Amino acid sequence: MLTRRIIACLDVRDGRVVKGVQFVDLIDAGDPAALAHRHAQEGADEIVLLDITATHEGRATLLDTVRRTAQSLFVPFTVGGGIRTAAEAEAVFEAGADKVSINSAALADPELIGQIGMSFGAQAVIVAIDARRDPNSADPVRDAKVFVHGGRKDTGRTAVEWAQEAESRGAGEILLTSMDSDGTRNGFDCELTAAVSAAVRIPVIASGGAGTVTHFAEVFGAGKADAALAASIFHFGVSSARSLKESLAQQGIPVRLPC
Amino acid sequence: MNVTVIDYKAGNLTSVVKALRHLGAEVTVTDGPEPLEQAERIILPGVGHFAATRRLDETSLTPAIKAAIDRGTPFLGICVGMQWLYKGSTEAPNQPGLGYLPWQCDRFPDGYEKVPHVGWNSLSVNPSSSLLAGVEKGSYVYFTHAYKAPLSSGTVAVARYIEPFAAAVERGNVFGVQFHPEKSGEIGLKILRNFLELA
Repeated sequence: MLTRRIIACLDVRDGRVVKGVQFVDLIDAGDPAALAHRHAQEGADEIVLLDITATHEGRATLLDTVRRTAQSLFVPFTVGGGIRTAAEAEAVFEAGADKVSINSAALADPELIGQIGMSFGAQAVIVAIDARRDPNSADPVRDAKVFVHGGRKDTGRTAVEWAQEAESRGAGEILLTSMDSDGTRNGFDCELTAAVSAAVRIPVIASGGAGTVTHFAEVFGAGKADAALAASIFHFGVSSARSLKESLAQQGIPVRLPC
Repeated sequence: MNVTVIDYKAGNLTSVVKALRHLGAEVTVTDGPEPLEQAERIILPGVGHFAATRRLDETSLTPAIKAAIDRGTPFLGICVGMQWLYKGSTEAPNQPGLGYLPWQCDRFPDGYEKVPHVGWNSLSVNPSSSLLAGVEKGSYVYFTHAYKAPLSSGTVAVARYIEPFAAAVERGNVFGVQFHPEKSGEIGLKILRNFLELA
């Protein structure tokens, strides 16, 4: 049976993990390679490395980080953040990523989705969507808007419609972050996730708001998510992806165990 | 352990090569037929579209692979590389496969679940498989594909998504896996190690 995926996310700046899941007993808890490896060992189904480096110099560091992280990582490995061209995506793949996640660059130039997919396959292209409910709409979920630039700029497009376009242009998966829920630890936006998931035929990864095991059960149930991104939850009472999955299995959700 | 990995410009070879080197293999990557004559083992990876296998014909890799298989060289096709062992795929009806397995690959039917099939799914394993030796029933491996091979003689692992399909195939010295062993954790590494250690 196909299982629901738990994806560990590492936010990286200048080659160091700045947020996300950390392990106190790691000698270097800021090293992305060490953390990614540890997550895979502890049951994460995939690893996402999100580069939040702003500077140009940092981009060279990123490729080195990807290379080191991929070296002994034998689960799917996605790299996102700042990839603007097919050539930049290619460099990230050559450094060892299996998939790239593109966000504002895909909105600015939707053909980028197909360009990367042409060379590396649709499965290698994740379109990340940052969305916020539209409080002025009669249907705030269906009309949830896509934001860029860290949530500062409303693109005017709805998440549902952009997800459909991304699919038709060859995206392999959608990574949907609810900006309303992100950082709250009050649970995923299940209604938004379900609206997007029902509108496309490709997998949807839910992100933003994870705080408890129940939140994951909800987003896999009512939220119709195919996968869920976990970052800071591991600071708050859930020790590992494995223990999260064991709890989910008890609630009847199919997960990869043993792992 | 030497293994020759075929590069036909279909997706990313990095992960496969990395996993093989991790297992201690000496890896040769080739986009032409010559190295296949001396190859101890051959891997045909591949992600993406079946049409990309056209390049195997254009670069004379197809007859070289056929000759190597006839000599008894162990051969492993991964994902599209497995599907290429069959007659062809409805994904690219005008592009023939090797035809070593006389069946056709086709798309998952619409209207049931999401397509493509992406993620970790469990295997029903035929215990006589040498490629899957030591892989227990119910083991999870990572898939990402929209087209699949039918169950047939030679199928040594079955996975279920919408309907049962061939997750692994084995006939003589020819092997294929629909999933990605290079991305399937310890189980996947075990399968690659089995391939490298085939007598």
